[in-house]
Amino acid sequence: MSRITPRVMGGLAILLALLLVAPALLGGYGLSVLILVLYFAYVGQAWNIMMGFAGQLSLGHALYAGLGGYMAAGLYFHYGIGPWAGMFVGVAAAVAAAAVVGYLGFRFSLAGVYFALLTIAFAEFTRIGFDNWPWTGESGGMFLRVERGVTDVANLRGGPVLFYYVILFLAVAAFVLCRLLLESRLGRYWLAIREDAEAAQAVGVPVLKCKMLAVTISAALTALAGVWNAFYYNNLFPETAFAMGRSIEITLAPIIGGLGTLFGPFVGAVVLTGLGEIFTAVGDKLDIPGIKQVFYGLALLVIVMYRPAGIWPWLAARLGIK
Amino acid sequence: MSLLQVSEIDLYYGDAQALSGVGLHIDAREIVAIVGANGAGKSSLIRAIHGIHRTARGRVVFDSTDITGWTSHRVCEIGIGHVAEGRQVFPNLTVLENLEMGATPRHARAHEKQSLEHVYGLFPRLAERRGQAAGTLSGGEQQMLAIGRCLMGRPRLVMFDEPSLGLAPAIVQEMFRIVRRLNEDGLTILLVEQNVTASLKIAHRAYVLENGRIELEGSGEALLSNDRVRQAYLGL
Repeated sequence: MSRITPRVMGGLAILLALLLVAPALLGGYGLSVLILVLYFAYVGQAWNIMMGFAGQLSLGHALYAGLGGYMAAGLYFHYGIGPWAGMFVGVAAAVAAAAVVGYLGFRFSLAGVYFALLTIAFAEFTRIGFDNWPWTGESGGMFLRVERGVTDVANLRGGPVLFYYVILFLAVAAFVLCRLLLESRLGRYWLAIREDAEAAQAVGVPVLKCKMLAVTISAALTALAGVWNAFYYNNLFPETAFAMGRSIEITLAPIIGGLGTLFGPFVGAVVLTGLGEIFTAVGDKLDIPGIKQVFYGLALLVIVMYRPAGIWPWLAARLGIK
Repeated sequence: MSLLQVSEIDLYYGDAQALSGVGLHIDAREIVAIVGANGAGKSSLIRAIHGIHRTARGRVVFDSTDITGWTSHRVCEIGIGHVAEGRQVFPNLTVLENLEMGATPRHARAHEKQSLEHVYGLFPRLAERRGQAAGTLSGGEQQMLAIGRCLMGRPRLVMFDEPSLGLAPAIVQEMFRIVRRLNEDGLTILLVEQNVTASLKIAHRAYVLENGRIELEGSGEALLSNDRVRQAYLGL
């Protein structure tokens, strides 16, 4: 594990300071883009724990975000219970689901794509379940009431600045947590499992337990992203909350930024969100429907072709870090 | 009193029976070899003892403790080491990081420094290459690393699964010398091998495993001159 040198520490401090004052400097558009960057950095960091650290591919992380969001939003919608309490229920639901997925997968030694298929399956049938569950509003969705100009921190009601600081806090906390995890004994065991699970077992690593911890920690963090997401957008539909596309978009930032690295999810989120905004603008200019997606897809291809290990490892070498 | 006592083990992979009624014992400071053809169940036996595969029947007792059904990391904790087949090193980790990973059992952590010195003393080549990625080592060096990593866990019994597999003849000789040396230093050894002659030569006792059953048992020398062994495994 590379040390965080004073230089890197200084860079991080400047970055954090900039992020803290950003709402004062940026207009509404700029802030909304930065919010997206932080959201994808945070949720990517959460996914990265499973795939990047422990080597377990999940393509169904929308399940955990969706459960977190629905539980917290549902408690607020039906009983007026605020998300600061509701998030515990959301996290508990996601952890329970992750424990089931993880146990089924790991106990019966499903690995790689077969495990990934299991994660997709769970997200899919949860979607179908929620489509038919009256408590969640079924396929018609659930909507949270929006009152313009009201800031109510206790119930997480307010404008973009409030949501900005919440997601900034989450992203920073997840970064610190991941750093601690990587340095811990558990982090070393994950590394061993990612390298070679059988060899890890032979040297006495409690493989099942470590994998279970990876999936449940990752799910808990992802559930918080789901809670934030639900209250930021004020609406939830099973069709989008548990969608395959949602799961895939969670994986992109860490893959593009650098799997298993601390900075990868953030770098990936900056690049992807930036490209997305640029291509949206270009698409509007050209006025060709769907051209944005074509550019976006091509850009992903080019990045993965030329930087298969992600942007961050290359960037870090350039900057002389590591 | 045997250090390891295995009795009446049955192991299945789905419907296929890999081991039936296998029993054996290993006394402290012995080298016990298990020989047999490919697919006879040798690796399955080691993996069953280690708790990687769950047995359908039978008991495994180590140093008077019944460890039947224990998970593999607990089996490591009690002092059973396993050098897995095919030199499973962590390819992207350095030699040193691989060795450190071997000190996973609780009782081994406090002695990591001494263990490391001991391993470097046994395998000076590993000390020279401590900063190198394990995947870039030669086959023989990787096997040494796998053995060294196992020793880092401070086991009392080491189970070797085909340590000579795929190695150059000169290195194979070296491997058997190392096994004997470890035994002379006080380790108890279970050796699973296809190289029947070499393993019977260094083993105090040996078992012949055929189709998941123990067919013969005896001292290494006795089995070397047994007609059935000579015919089936030595082609004499």
